[in-house]
Amino acid sequence: MAISFTINERAAHVQADADTPLLWVIREHLKMTGTKFGCGAGLCGACTVHIDGKARRSCQTAVSDVAGKKVTTIEGLSADGVSHPLQKAWIEEQVPQCGYCQSGQIMQAAELLAKNKRPTREEIVAHMDGNICRCGTYPRIIAAIQKAAEA
Amino acid sequence: MSTIRATALSRRSFLVSSGAVGIAVTFGGFESMTAEAATNPAFKANSWISIDGDGTVTLMSPAVEMGQGSMTAVPACIAEDLDADWSKVRVITAPDNEALYGNPKFFGHMVTVGSRAVTGYYQKVRLAGAQARRIILVNAAEMLNVPVGELSTEPGVVVHAKSGRKLGYGEVAKTATVPNPLPKVTTADLKPQSQFRYIGKDLPRVDIPLKVNGKAKYGLDTELPDMVYASVLHTPVQGEKPVKIDDSATKKIKGVIAVMPVPTGVAVVAETLEASMKGKEALNVTWSQTSKARHYDNEKLAGEYRKVAADWGHASVDMLKKGDADGAIGKASKVVAADFVAHHVAHCCMEPMNATARVAGDEVWLWTSNQSVIDMKLAGAHGAGTKPDKVHVGRPFLGGGFGRRTDWDVALEATMLAKKIGNPVKVVWSREDDITQDMWRPFAVQRIEVGLDDKGDIVGWRHRIVAASYMARAIPPLFKKIGGKDPVSAVGGEFRYGVPAHRVDYVRAQSGFEVGAWRGVGAGYTKFAVETMVDEVAAAKGVDPLDLRMALLAKHPRSLAVLKTVAEMADWKKKRPEGRALGLAYSDALETYTAAVAEVSLDPKSGKISVHHIWAAVDPGLVVQPKNVAIQMEGAMTMGLGAALIEQITLEKGEPQQSNFDSYPVLRMADIPPIDVKVISTENEPTGIGEAGVPVVAPAIANAVARLTGGKRLRQLPMSPERVKSTLGGA
Repeated sequence: MAISFTINERAAHVQADADTPLLWVIREHLKMTGTKFGCGAGLCGACTVHIDGKARRSCQTAVSDVAGKKVTTIEGLSADGVSHPLQKAWIEEQVPQCGYCQSGQIMQAAELLAKNKRPTREEIVAHMDGNICRCGTYPRIIAAIQKAAEA
Repeated sequence: MSTIRATALSRRSFLVSSGAVGIAVTFGGFESMTAEAATNPAFKANSWISIDGDGTVTLMSPAVEMGQGSMTAVPACIAEDLDADWSKVRVITAPDNEALYGNPKFFGHMVTVGSRAVTGYYQKVRLAGAQARRIILVNAAEMLNVPVGELSTEPGVVVHAKSGRKLGYGEVAKTATVPNPLPKVTTADLKPQSQFRYIGKDLPRVDIPLKVNGKAKYGLDTELPDMVYASVLHTPVQGEKPVKIDDSATKKIKGVIAVMPVPTGVAVVAETLEASMKGKEALNVTWSQTSKARHYDNEKLAGEYRKVAADWGHASVDMLKKGDADGAIGKASKVVAADFVAHHVAHCCMEPMNATARVAGDEVWLWTSNQSVIDMKLAGAHGAGTKPDKVHVGRPFLGGGFGRRTDWDVALEATMLAKKIGNPVKVVWSREDDITQDMWRPFAVQRIEVGLDDKGDIVGWRHRIVAASYMARAIPPLFKKIGGKDPVSAVGGEFRYGVPAHRVDYVRAQSGFEVGAWRGVGAGYTKFAVETMVDEVAAAKGVDPLDLRMALLAKHPRSLAVLKTVAEMADWKKKRPEGRALGLAYSDALETYTAAVAEVSLDPKSGKISVHHIWAAVDPGLVVQPKNVAIQMEGAMTMGLGAALIEQITLEKGEPQQSNFDSYPVLRMADIPPIDVKVISTENEPTGIGEAGVPVVAPAIANAVARLTGGKRLRQLPMSPERVKSTLGGA
C-alpha cells in the first residue's frame, strides 16, 4: 500500500505492506542507514527514532502506524549532524566505540533532555536502560548526557 | 519541502544512471573513500601516505575499526614519524591488499584479532612515516637548493633554519617525485620518545564524529544497484541438513524470488528484506537428525569433561612444561585441587551478522563487517568457485567484532546466493540467527592441582584444560603444524608466577560442537581458574592474597607495579563494611599486565552477587592513546562482568536455548558499577588492550565472594544466583 509520512522534515511516500516494520522502510526503502537493526524485538534500542517527538523502537512500529506522522531519525537530529548538544557532548566525551548502538542511544537521550532539562544520574539510567551497548560505553553515555544537560 | 520517493522502480532507474563505474561510489563510505584514494591526484609518498597540495595528509589504517580505536592509534604512529600536522590528517581504512597492509605479527594477514593492531603495526608504520618524511625532505632540498642535512621539520612544515625559509608539506607535494628506489630507513631514523607529539598523547578518535549522526557505514548499510535480500532459516542444531523443504507458503509471498538451500540452512531470496523475512517464517523444513551435536548437552557433558580433566593419564598436549610438576605434586605434603567449569557465551555484536555479495564472471565483491580479509577471500572463492585473489573485500566499520567476525559463514551464504541469483545479494541474519548460529566461546572444564610443601610454599602446579578447539576448526593446517596446541582455546594457563614446576596441558574436546574466539579468548576462563587457585593457596598458607602474589612475582617489576597500583586504588588493606569484601586478580595473558580488585556483596537468599566497584591497573607497554586504553579496559571489563555473572548459552540435545536479549540478557546501564582504571605506560613494546580487561573480572569477583562465604568458592561461570545458592548450601 502507499503510505505517506514526514521524515526529517521531508515528505516520504513509500510502497510497502502495512505491517512492514518502520525500521526496514527507513533503512532499505528510504536508504537512511543511520537507524540501526539490533534485535528486531524491541529489546535493545538500536533502532530508536522519534515519532511525533516520542522515542519509539522502529522495529516494533508498523509503517502504517506512522502515516501522516512526523518521524525524526539520527540524520535529522541536527541540520549539520554535529551541533545538537548531545552530538557535541558525545564527541567531547568520546563516547562511541564500535558506534553501532549510538544512533539509538542519542535518540533515546534526546527524548529525555527534551522533557527533563536537568536529569539526575538515576533518571538518566532509568530512561536509558532499554538501550544496550555491547562495547560498554555506558559510563561515557551518562557523562555525555550530563554534559549536554549543562550546556 | 523536498520529497523522497522510494519504490522498486526508483531503484532500477538509479541503476541505469549509475552504471558500472558508479558502483564504487554508491556502496557507502568505506568504498567511496577507497575509490577516491585510488584516483586522487595527491602525491603518494608510499602505500601508507599521500599528501594533497593543500597540505591534507591521508593515512591508511590497516586494521578495521570495531570500536577498539586502532583507526586512530595506528595512524597516530605514522603521523609521529612523518611529523604530520594532525589537524590536517584524514584517515582511510586500507583496501584489501595484504602484501601492502598485512600485519607483521599475524603471518602478514590483514586480520584484526588478538589485540594485535598497535603491537603488530607499530614499527612498520613508524618506518613508513619516517620514509615519507625523508622523501619530503629530499624534494624540499631540491626546491630550496640546499643540502638535505640542513633541513628539519615541524608538524607539516619543512624548515631551513639557516635561511629561515619554510615549506609546507603540501607545497612540496605539488611537485614532489618519489625517488627510485625508495629511501631506506631503519629504526635509527625513528623519533626518540622524548620528541613524541602524538604517541602517548590523547588524540580525539577519527571515527567518532561519524558515529554521532548516522554517517558511519557498517557492513549492514551496504547498498548495491539491483540488490536483492536473503534471510536464512538455519539448522536448529549445528551440522544438520534440510531433508525436505516445503516452500509452498513462502512462494505465495509477494516479492519472494527464490528458495534455495545453503550449507547452513535454507535461504529465501526476495525483492525486499521484509519479504525475505516473511518468506523465512513461512518455510516448513524437515531437518536431518544425524548430527553429532544432537548429543550435546553441556550440563551433562560437564561430568564427562570433569573425568577427563582429572585423569592425568589421559592423552593431552602440553601447552607448557617447566620442571616435573607431576612428580613434585606426587611428593607434596599437601595438594590443593579444584575443578572449574565455564559455560558458552555468545558474542552478540550489536550489528547482527550480515554480508552482501556480488558475483560477475570469476570475480566476487564482498561487503561485510569482517575482522579478516583472508577468511572473506576464502569464503568468496569457495562460494563462487573462483580463486581467492579474484575476491575483493570491503572493510566497513564493524558494529562489534569480539572475535566473531573472522568467521566466514554469512559471507559464504551471500556469495553462493549471489552466484546463483545473478544479482547482488544482501544476507541479513536476525538476532535469533546471530545468537543461535554464533561461534561461542568454548564450554571449558579445567582442573588445577597445586602441590605445597610443609611451609605452604608451592612445589608444583599443573593445569588441565578440556575444551573444543578453535584452531582445529578455523586454521587446521596451523593447528597441525604446532602439534595440536590451541593458543586460542587453551591460552592463559601460562603465567609469570615463580613456581618451581609448572605444567599446562590441553585435551581437545570433540563432542560435536564447533566454537569460536570470544574477546579475551581462553584467558576468559583459564585466568578464572588460575587466579581463584592462587587465592586458595594463599588461604591454605594463611597469607594475604596480595602479599602472596607479590612474593610469587618478586622478579617481575611490571607485575608488581600493577598489583601495587591497584591495591592503592582500592585501599586493599582497609576493612570494608559488614557484608562487603574485596577480591583481587592478576593477569599477564596476551603480554599485557593487568590487575583488578572488585568490591562485592552477596544476598544469600537470592544468591545474587552485587559488584559495587571495580578498580584496575594496566601496563600494556608503551601507551599510544592513554584515554583510549582506559576506555577499552572499561569496556572489556564490562563484557567480562556480564560473562562472569549472567551470560550463558545452554544446549539441550544440541539446540541452543537462548536466542535474543530476553533469554540471553547482557549488561545494561543500571548493572554497571563504577570502574576506575589506571594506565601505566612503560618503555616496553606496546601490547594489546582490547581484551586485557576481560580475564581479571570473574576471578576478582569469585575471590571476593570466597571471603564473604568463609571460603566457600564459586568455580563455575557464570556465577549465577542458582550456582551461588547451591554453593552456599553445599558443604
